[in-house]
Amino acid sequence: MDLALKPEHKTFADEVRDFARKNLSPATKAKTFSGKHYDRDDHMVWQQALGKKGWLAYTWPKKYGGPGWDITQRFLFENVLAEESAPRIIPFGVKMVGPVIYTFATDEQKERFLPGIRSSSVSWCQGYSEPGAGSDLANLRTRAKRDGDHYIVNGQKTWTSSAHWADWIFCLVRTNTEAKPQEGISFLLIDMKTPGITVRPIIMLDGAHHVNDVFFDNVRVPVANCIGKENEGWTCAKFLLANERLGIAEVPASKRGVRTLRSISEDPSLAEKIADVDLQVQALEMSELRALSAMAAGGAPGPEVSTLKVRGSEIQQRIAELAMEAVGEYAAPYQPGMLFQDTNETPVGPDHAPPAAPRYFNMRKTSIYGGSTEIQKNIVSKMVLGL
Amino acid sequence: MDLSLSDEQKQLQESAERFVREKYTFENRRKIAATERGWLLENWAQFAELGWLAIPFSEDDGGIGFGSIGTMIVMEQFGKGLVLEPFLPTVVLGGGLIASAGSKAQKEALLAPMIEGKKQFALAWLERQSRYNLADISLKATKEGAGWSLSGHKGVVYNAASADQIIVLARTAGSAREDKGLTLFVVDGKAKGLSRRDYPTQDAFRASELTFDKVSVGADAVLGKVDAAFPVVEDSVDRAIVALCAEATGCMDAINAATLEYIKTRKQFGVPIGKFQVLQHRMVDCFTNAQEARSMTLMASLKIDDKDGIVRRKAASGAKVQIGKSGKFCGQSAVQMHGGMGVTDELSVSHYFKRLTMIDMMFGNQQHHLTRYSNLAMAA
Repeated sequence: MDLALKPEHKTFADEVRDFARKNLSPATKAKTFSGKHYDRDDHMVWQQALGKKGWLAYTWPKKYGGPGWDITQRFLFENVLAEESAPRIIPFGVKMVGPVIYTFATDEQKERFLPGIRSSSVSWCQGYSEPGAGSDLANLRTRAKRDGDHYIVNGQKTWTSSAHWADWIFCLVRTNTEAKPQEGISFLLIDMKTPGITVRPIIMLDGAHHVNDVFFDNVRVPVANCIGKENEGWTCAKFLLANERLGIAEVPASKRGVRTLRSISEDPSLAEKIADVDLQVQALEMSELRALSAMAAGGAPGPEVSTLKVRGSEIQQRIAELAMEAVGEYAAPYQPGMLFQDTNETPVGPDHAPPAAPRYFNMRKTSIYGGSTEIQKNIVSKMVLGL
Repeated sequence: MDLSLSDEQKQLQESAERFVREKYTFENRRKIAATERGWLLENWAQFAELGWLAIPFSEDDGGIGFGSIGTMIVMEQFGKGLVLEPFLPTVVLGGGLIASAGSKAQKEALLAPMIEGKKQFALAWLERQSRYNLADISLKATKEGAGWSLSGHKGVVYNAASADQIIVLARTAGSAREDKGLTLFVVDGKAKGLSRRDYPTQDAFRASELTFDKVSVGADAVLGKVDAAFPVVEDSVDRAIVALCAEATGCMDAINAATLEYIKTRKQFGVPIGKFQVLQHRMVDCFTNAQEARSMTLMASLKIDDKDGIVRRKAASGAKVQIGKSGKFCGQSAVQMHGGMGVTDELSVSHYFKRLTMIDMMFGNQQHHLTRYSNLAMAA
């Protein structure tokens, strides 16, 4: 047992840092500092640079074009990028649908879809939730009816992050209405340019547009776009959710958050609250490393990773809460210009004040998305504790 | 970076597991706690035979060089069985202090026989007013010829009644709470002028109040340098904290397992109470707390031998905060979910609860270590 880094890992970290410094645009970096929202280009330019280097699909096995890194390298990669103020990698392509494709798809499908995901030349979004299928995901009703070598898709997806930016959507659709809820679902890839798809923005409580409703009105999708067997999409869905939960804890970003908190807070009464969340981040990081180390020894993430998602979201919320506490009354001035536009406007109050309250509001989502805290606890209760 | 146990470490874990399984059933422990000594010489002899008393020490000091991870492994199993043998005062604290500050002669006279199972130690640092301040020491040692004379009081000295030698933190210079001017002395447990009031603790360990009335010791009783004991003691206490954290993770695993079993079998309203979501989620929170406690203990065990003192101190305090928080959550939840049975003496659950509670009180509670960690993090 050892936490120390070998010399080759130190060299590796330097290489990642050097790459980030050369390839991250100053404008994008500045947005990370000021809490301003990224636009599509901020993400795409950065992800395509990573893709070109062969680093975007950094969790993939070598066989599918990943770099074949060990857990130490992944850990360093994520941490160095966060330290260098890189935007988070949009997970829907490389972290979510990519692994589903290389695990469950045919060779032809792999060849067709994996290169665009690896290079970020094609961007993706996730069609899981529906108005009537939130925590009870298997209750989804978007219907895909077979018509020769096509499906005709009708229905609605909601809370679809980045749908307004995406080229493709991966969808859970119902292909059998007779079977038990989990047994009539298929995993379908749909080109967002297909006629019959409408995207409607949902504006969130912080004024931001990240998520959307996506409507399907007689959308024709080739049967060749179904991943895995028809009606067996729930297997892909669960595999993807387990991967999602592992990546969602956002430890490197929280570490950056703690450092920022220490640098902005002058009130000594906040110091111990910051210390407390700092220690929570460390415990989470070590738990995540233990889980990864167990996984490296064999297999997919187990149901216990749900606890990482629960704690990760609570920690992100706590950090946002403390950042707001730190600015006190200057949390109040509403300055959307500072968050959404290129502007030379000077902020009312301290520089870090404009995003503080919106971020606090926005972070409430973390214990709701990707399976709410309550759903995660149900999973652990059933799968780990046998209750 | 590697978080897996080596084959040797796995063997150690298995042998400690076996000891607890065979010797520390709940009923057996009750009997051991009721003996005059409060622990068994035959168990201690077995520790010596298995090489456990040599675990943390380097081969130069006659140890087997398993380091802090070795200590973590056995302490975790001791926590599962609520083991009463004085591993912490004798091996981790006493042995640790002698290994880090002792002269060659002291190591030969004290550490070598301890490793063979022939000596017991106790650390007497606390005084009635000290609370968690290791420098708040007023027991005075004054020069007396070539040697020293010790007078004053020490409190809650674990294992004092069984100790062949008591290591005493005394003030040789400076004012009451100054960290300079402190010196360690090795005092014979039967020294003239030393009197004891022995008692059991809440969690069935043994401790004593000690009164020193002009206890004379030779110049060779000084452990380490005169007036410069504070950093040595702080370091040793930090190691003891990490060992305690490992014990606490074992306690948490055991108390969670007992509670899980209980809510699966106890029926009310016609169903096992574990069918109720409110208890399921509380049980999941217990599980998560124990996971985090294990993570922080592992991290602290890996960092407590670091060259950088700030890293060591932050690691110990960070883990102690987590153990205080998680121990309280698991302990209180276990009692609550056991209902009336949780507040009886009859089930093991209340005994784990008491041990977890006393672990939080030892060497600084959650709040104390949060403040210490915060100050260290701000200074860095």
